[in-house]
Amino acid sequence: MSENIVSIKGLGVHYPIVGGWFGEKKIVKAVDNINIDIKRGQFFGLVGESGSGKTTLGRAILQAAPISKGEITFNDGERKFDVKSLKNQDLLDFRRRAQLIFQDPYAALSPRMTVRDIIAEPLEVMKLTENKEETNQRVRDIASECRLNIEHLRRFPHAFSGGQRQRISIARALVANPDFLVADESVAALDVSIQADILNLLKSLQKEHGLTFLFISHDLSVVAHVCDVVAVMYLGQIVEMAPNKALFRKPRHPYTAALLSAIPSLDPDAESQAIKLEGEIPSPLSPPSGCRFHTRCPHAKPRCSEEAPEWRQIDEEHFVSCHFADELNL
Amino acid sequence: MVAPLVSVRDLTVQFNTDEGRITAVNKVSFDIGPGEVLGLVGESGSGKSVTAKSLMKLNAGNTVYGPDSKITLNVDDKEIDVLSLTKPEDLLYIRGGAVSMVFQEPMASFAPALTIGKQMSETLRLHLKVSKKEAKSIAIDMLARVGISDAPTRFDQYVFELSGGMRQRAMIAMALSTKPKLLIADEPTTALDVTIQAQVLDLMQDLVEEYQMAILFITHDLGVIAQVADRITVMYLGQHVETGSVRSVLNNPQHPYTKGLMKAIPKLDDLDAPLTPIPGDIPSPLERPNGCVFHTRCSEFIEGQCSINEPEMKLVTNEHDVACFAAEKLLNSNTQEATS
Repeated sequence: MSENIVSIKGLGVHYPIVGGWFGEKKIVKAVDNINIDIKRGQFFGLVGESGSGKTTLGRAILQAAPISKGEITFNDGERKFDVKSLKNQDLLDFRRRAQLIFQDPYAALSPRMTVRDIIAEPLEVMKLTENKEETNQRVRDIASECRLNIEHLRRFPHAFSGGQRQRISIARALVANPDFLVADESVAALDVSIQADILNLLKSLQKEHGLTFLFISHDLSVVAHVCDVVAVMYLGQIVEMAPNKALFRKPRHPYTAALLSAIPSLDPDAESQAIKLEGEIPSPLSPPSGCRFHTRCPHAKPRCSEEAPEWRQIDEEHFVSCHFADELNL
Repeated sequence: MVAPLVSVRDLTVQFNTDEGRITAVNKVSFDIGPGEVLGLVGESGSGKSVTAKSLMKLNAGNTVYGPDSKITLNVDDKEIDVLSLTKPEDLLYIRGGAVSMVFQEPMASFAPALTIGKQMSETLRLHLKVSKKEAKSIAIDMLARVGISDAPTRFDQYVFELSGGMRQRAMIAMALSTKPKLLIADEPTTALDVTIQAQVLDLMQDLVEEYQMAILFITHDLGVIAQVADRITVMYLGQHVETGSVRSVLNNPQHPYTKGLMKAIPKLDDLDAPLTPIPGDIPSPLERPNGCVFHTRCSEFIEGQCSINEPEMKLVTNEHDVACFAAEKLLNSNTQEATS
């Protein structure tokens, strides 16, 4: 039995764009050449700035974005799926096992359905229960696990605050008893006092149900607190991946180091040590040659613009894609 | 003592809605000195933006200001009572002239069908009475000053042609072009990535020094406040609960709400520290709790006091005030110990 629940090899998600006056075709490589494994029971963090391809990668794993290159294998111990070629009943079976929690709890819930109907929908669509009694029982169980009141089930989403709505979204994702969940910026729209509550809820659900999470976020301090392993994305590629503490204590890629240094400290007396990155993230339509980060990297050398760095292991479970990761003292 | 640039006293803002009169801001007072950066912190719905907009009398038509509310602006040796202004030309002097504002979402604050240059020139010609040509050269200067490369080209571009960080810079350039005395920055970096946020914060700090202007900096991010503000006011449900120098408030928070916020924020220097949420949710402004507004979620709730009486702002140390009975009690016992 393999211990990897998701295994990604050479994944690329490419979108054709018809642009220009003569219908000239271009390709956006939203995600390119990704090789990672997510182990069962892990809280796997994916961080990066907007436009780096985090969401696309998460969606590709759920077969919600077109897989143009490479392969994704999903194996929960019971069954093995080749995600790219899933169809019909196989796809339904896969969907039950892998679910998504959305970013915006205000947009993700239909205003015309009661909370009970929202949570019950996956069960009804996938015909997972025998009768209505069983459905209701299952909805009540999961709702109380997500700390929702039973009386709340009869109400409509507009009556709830952001934190409560996010708990409804989580209940809906969990009701079909999945093994793997993609949480895409699930706390980004919440206030800090409520964010902590949702993070604690996700962690406790993970422990109880033995879930595996792909936690996508732009907020490094949140990721640092909840994830076991963290991967950093830049312009469609993963530049570094390591166990949480190793990554935050000793980043090996200059981009990770810059991201960490840019987080404003809570201590007013702390001298800002932000590593200044020049410019902004380049367009994925025309990514820079060689290492994609070389245009903004403070340590760039001529080799960086000519040759793309290899994805290699640098330490125990620590992977990086930088020519000079061994020499740099970040 | 130098008169403060802005003085807000007992500001109460209510809105008439179909569901009744909602209190958005309740008896808030603060001063901002010339060249000072005041951070206004609070969660969504705490009344930060409504407070800020009151300084320019920008709130919607259904707004009712409290009878005791007073906002005084001291500019050019004049004292302006902002809330009493009604004539468009008087308001124009404040809006975009003496006071400027930078919004959270630059895409929504620029008109999509006009070039950036056109919008900047319009502001300049309205306030500075300059010719079209002069306005253009000031605008291009300003764009270059905020670090936008190739400013003459950008001048003729539309907002959608710029990236997020660029848009926010252009927004700041437009707000600063009339050399305001007070800049209101409403979550100016929330929509930006951290590396870009660092760039924009740096820029704003440089500009404060160069133009000697004051900033009212609104954000929910305490980390950002710690880096840019001199003083901080914490708001909860339309009320200020704690105010003081950034150092004093963040290093030694007195109000249970501020303490709760500090515990709920993930900190990078201690990855194993548990995250402690503040229990419960913010009550709806339609059902404001009696007594202390925070008592429904407070961990230091005092039976028979917090739910009945409203705490007043009391001095903790020099330049640090808090409105909380529990904090007051603790302080009193400490001073008694010290004297005995």
